[in-house]
Amino acid sequence: MNDYRVINSRLPRVDAYAKVTGDARYAADLTMPNMLYGAILQSPLAHAKIRNIDTSKARKLIGVKDVVTAKEAGTIKFGVSPARYDETMFCVDKVRYVGDEVAAVAAVDYETAQEAVSLIEVDYEELPIILDPFEAMKEGAPAIHDDFPNNICAEVHQEFGNVEEAFKTCDYIRTDSFVNKKQDGAFIEPQACVAVYDMNGQLTLYSSTQTPHYVQRTLAMVLGLPIGKVRVAKPYVGGGFGPKASANTLELAACLLSMRTGRPVKMVFSREQVFLHSRARHQFFHELTTGVKKDGTIVALKNTCYMDGGAYSSFGIATVYYAGSLLGAPYKINNMKYDGYRMYTNKPANGAQRGHGGVAARAAWEQQLDIIAKELGMDPIEFRLKNIMKKGDVTCNDFNMSSLGMKECLEAIRDGSGWREKKGKLPKGKGIGVACGFFVSGAGFPIYRSETFHSTAMIKLAEDGGSVNLYTPAAEIGQGSDTILAMIAAEALGVKYDDIRVLSGDTDYGIDLGAYSSRQTLMSGHAVKEAAEDVKRQVLEVLSEVLKVPVEDMDIKDGVIVFKKGKVDFSGLRAIYTKEHRGFADQPAGDDLTFREASRIAYLKRGLIVGKGAYKPGELGGKYKGATVGTSPAYGCSAQIVEVTVDMETGKVTVDNMTDAHDCGFAINRTNVEGQMQGSLSMGLGEAMFEEVKFDEKGRILNPTLGEYRIPTALDMPNVKTIIIESNEPNGPFGAKEVGEGAIMPTIPAILNAIYDAIGVRINELPITAERVFMALKEKK
Amino acid sequence: MKKLIKLFVNKKEYEIAVAPNRTLTQVLREDLDLIGTKEGCGLGDCGACTVILDGRPVNSCLILAVQANGSQITTIEGVADGKTLHPVQQAFVEHGAIQCGFCTPGMVLSAKSLLDNNPKPSEYEIREALSGNLCRCTGYQKIVEAVRSVSETMKR
Repeated sequence: MNDYRVINSRLPRVDAYAKVTGDARYAADLTMPNMLYGAILQSPLAHAKIRNIDTSKARKLIGVKDVVTAKEAGTIKFGVSPARYDETMFCVDKVRYVGDEVAAVAAVDYETAQEAVSLIEVDYEELPIILDPFEAMKEGAPAIHDDFPNNICAEVHQEFGNVEEAFKTCDYIRTDSFVNKKQDGAFIEPQACVAVYDMNGQLTLYSSTQTPHYVQRTLAMVLGLPIGKVRVAKPYVGGGFGPKASANTLELAACLLSMRTGRPVKMVFSREQVFLHSRARHQFFHELTTGVKKDGTIVALKNTCYMDGGAYSSFGIATVYYAGSLLGAPYKINNMKYDGYRMYTNKPANGAQRGHGGVAARAAWEQQLDIIAKELGMDPIEFRLKNIMKKGDVTCNDFNMSSLGMKECLEAIRDGSGWREKKGKLPKGKGIGVACGFFVSGAGFPIYRSETFHSTAMIKLAEDGGSVNLYTPAAEIGQGSDTILAMIAAEALGVKYDDIRVLSGDTDYGIDLGAYSSRQTLMSGHAVKEAAEDVKRQVLEVLSEVLKVPVEDMDIKDGVIVFKKGKVDFSGLRAIYTKEHRGFADQPAGDDLTFREASRIAYLKRGLIVGKGAYKPGELGGKYKGATVGTSPAYGCSAQIVEVTVDMETGKVTVDNMTDAHDCGFAINRTNVEGQMQGSLSMGLGEAMFEEVKFDEKGRILNPTLGEYRIPTALDMPNVKTIIIESNEPNGPFGAKEVGEGAIMPTIPAILNAIYDAIGVRINELPITAERVFMALKEKK
Repeated sequence: MKKLIKLFVNKKEYEIAVAPNRTLTQVLREDLDLIGTKEGCGLGDCGACTVILDGRPVNSCLILAVQANGSQITTIEGVADGKTLHPVQQAFVEHGAIQCGFCTPGMVLSAKSLLDNNPKPSEYEIREALSGNLCRCTGYQKIVEAVRSVSETMKR
């Protein structure tokens, strides 16, 4: 049994009080003296040449302070992957989707800025529109980007083992296709920011972002400033899920306008603009061929994927790799071939969203595995258990499962859901389905090629240790990283949770790559743990000098010094502390030497006590092209069982029950782990059941509101039985690894498999609308 | 042309001159600096701007400030009693019903309004009462558990 005092508990979040009282400040809540308000002009056309932009009327409007276009902003390209920097702050010579940014205005108030935007006259020459990725690939299709004549933004070809040879040894092979729909992040807080450029040439951006570090670099690059002159600080962020993981034109334009006007500039997206900016889940068209032996051994998988990328690359280069590399595991399979293509189309750019690149692939494959199990006459759980990977196994694409509680997850949901009593025994119209999945615990490499640390941390003791200030550039976006990192710091240092004060999300505090790819508990956690241990060592070293007790004979726990070999006379030390705090009411007393006393002595001897930590992954597997996307220090995994009711008359599907087991290595905060699991399932249920960004023939979004684009409400979500599996990850701080995204992987296929169990039809296209189910039922008859 | 209105917000009286096109959300946030009221869509879809107006939860983005003239309004800033959290707030903290926190003020007000009018709601009634408040983080489960725990402990 471990002897942890802080972690593995259910402590409330560090930000709970600020958030529940309305005190928490988000970017749109910030105001500055003398602040201007910005607004952006976006293209009404999906594809057009810009012949001319006339800003003269806008400039003349009373209250307008500045108007900027590509002429003022320059043409430095940015994006996510340096190999595909294909965006400029404003469109230069053409627009590529409805919503593409053309100009921006700063004015004394938001209404004036909006009015000015409407006065900018753009002379467009319309170009042919391509909305279908397969049309985009055709010979002779108009090029959306001149450098990419076939509109193929990226393609991937990988083979591990020999798939064609392996298929020859198979007893059963089948091919299925699957398509999802473009999803929206639908975080409740629209992107917002305030840019402040001061007379010293220092730029500060307060922004609703998942990745202050990447935004800092992009701002410096595009605006031509030294990185040291750019600070990005993140107030509380109202969810991100992927789309807030890169710099956007809102941020760049606010900074440019602030630099030009010398005044703070605030910009906020409307909800429609959130949909237009998008950078959320791609649409994937998968064709999967899987070959198995009679005994159920999975032998080979061929995966072909076409992706609708939208007008720019965004995270798409990583996405097109993930759509291949996140299959295979958690099953032992030696032969895997992947061909992936990401096409440019005249739609908002797609990027990363919870379960990056792997969600549609996983849905397609886990449904196919269910079909195969049925064909072989095997129970779907037994079939999966037969092929399951375990701790120490390495996938054919070189992912090292340094811990893997996949078997434990499957057994836990089987036993926790009543699978044996229900499978095959439910009345018609009711069904039960199962699926598995896994995900990275942080990308193994930064998004730009670099030897950079992935996370740094600093802990500074207050002069008497009464407060332990944790400076972490990690990004709290709602997932709970401030809480997790405070708990890790408290545990590693040996103080109470309440003693930790978290200062986070600011590039002034160091480097952290941010909140994406489920990386912060493992990576930022490592850095924080190291910083805490550094502080602890320094305090104990001073005590050792003063008290003549070897460092190894002391420890710190619950805010007091533990002398392992019996009592030590520290009265001299207490006398010093007491004398220095004459008049203070809370003088230390009792038999224990407190951390405050020890910290004060350490400060008197050494000056400021500062602990440092820095983390980057060790050497990871894979020497092949693309091995950087998917290799990770650790992998989390999930298994789910879903029960549904299908109305045989209308085709309407209701999700009745969900049982989810997730292996997070070790739960730093059990409540937070469950919250991540429940949130993942909710986003998966939404994508499965009703979420779809729809377009008209001109490339305009038909449902850019949260009312028409539906996300799950409290009435749509059933209660989820959450089971935490802890496999003690050797590469994680205290054994912890991912939970933020892995749990979404099995949700869609578990629902699909439950629907088949209920009514005997397979749905190969999302969302699972009543109409789609009704038509499938009709076809079956 | 601005119109002079009177609002009773969190038991305090305000007399404000407002333009007739300004929403109650805007006036609360910008004129009264009550930024705990959030705006997530401006269309009445998400519920982040929920306040209690004359005893009923409403989307403050769909109400013009002039329409609220003379009304009693409770915003998130008026829910706690000084430094003592309201039982609903305390339950949200303890049950982990908060993640990003952007929906939390509206969610707390909808939950409080439900319990004020129906101290022993069924789970369905809780979910129905919260169905106008969207949350993308939590999957709602811990929010529902928090509200249920308050209804179980309230002695009325």
